[in-house]
Amino acid sequence: MTLKRNVGLRGLTYAGGGPMLAWILHRISGLGIIIFVSIHVLAGFSTHVVGSAWGDPVNRIYESLPFQIFIFFCVLYHALNGLRIVLLDFWPRMLEHQRLAIYLQWAIFIPVFGLSVFLMIRSALASG
Amino acid sequence: MQRARPAPQNGFNFEYMMWLFTRISGLALSLLAIIGIIGAFWMGAREQIDVGALLRWTFFPNPFHVVNSEIPDVTIGWATAYWQIMQMMIVFFGVTHGMNGLRMVIEDYLGSPRARILTRSLLFLFWLFLVIACVYVILYS
Repeated sequence: MTLKRNVGLRGLTYAGGGPMLAWILHRISGLGIIIFVSIHVLAGFSTHVVGSAWGDPVNRIYESLPFQIFIFFCVLYHALNGLRIVLLDFWPRMLEHQRLAIYLQWAIFIPVFGLSVFLMIRSALASG
Repeated sequence: MQRARPAPQNGFNFEYMMWLFTRISGLALSLLAIIGIIGAFWMGAREQIDVGALLRWTFFPNPFHVVNSEIPDVTIGWATAYWQIMQMMIVFFGVTHGMNGLRMVIEDYLGSPRARILTRSLLFLFWLFLVIACVYVILYS
């Protein structure tokens, strides 16, 4: 039943707010990390242990700038959001301030991620 | 409505164990990541670092893994039993955390018990392969 429901772009207007955004971004970033790490291990294993060459184009993909920005987003968001979840789960009294916690998390995430992306783009431009 | 996943039960069962493991391994991974970053800076990564190299050091501090970085004599600092143990902890916590998370996401969309058993078996085999491949790299680098 759930799988046959056609949500489409109307899902974007669902009034879940910050907590829903955090939940879906936690899932997306977690899946991004899993896909990246799995492919990375498989490609490295086949290159260096099996001796096959299919890992080389894969290496070029994840050494590219857009992919690095994406994976850095995944790692940083997943880590910060996970710490927020751990704090709220282990100290349930903090749940009173859960919306504040989400704003605080964005207040940490945006400067750190923005500065890193700026440095990544700047060094990519400088090296050619 | 089809129920996607059985409701959680009280007591010390598999779901509660994995719930607890996810949180504890998340904290452990944060700590290991901070130790990896400090180790990289300690061994002279202050000048040459980029984000890719930072992530390589942070999440798998292996001389074989960071050999592309522009640090001279990288194997001297990293090829010790201390960093091998750190790597094994990162691999165990990270891969288990990730595979359990993948199981949670998949089981949110699975109805039948047979599909659940199949997914769990496949994920267990993949988990075993990832751990063995990573431990192989750690021991033979």
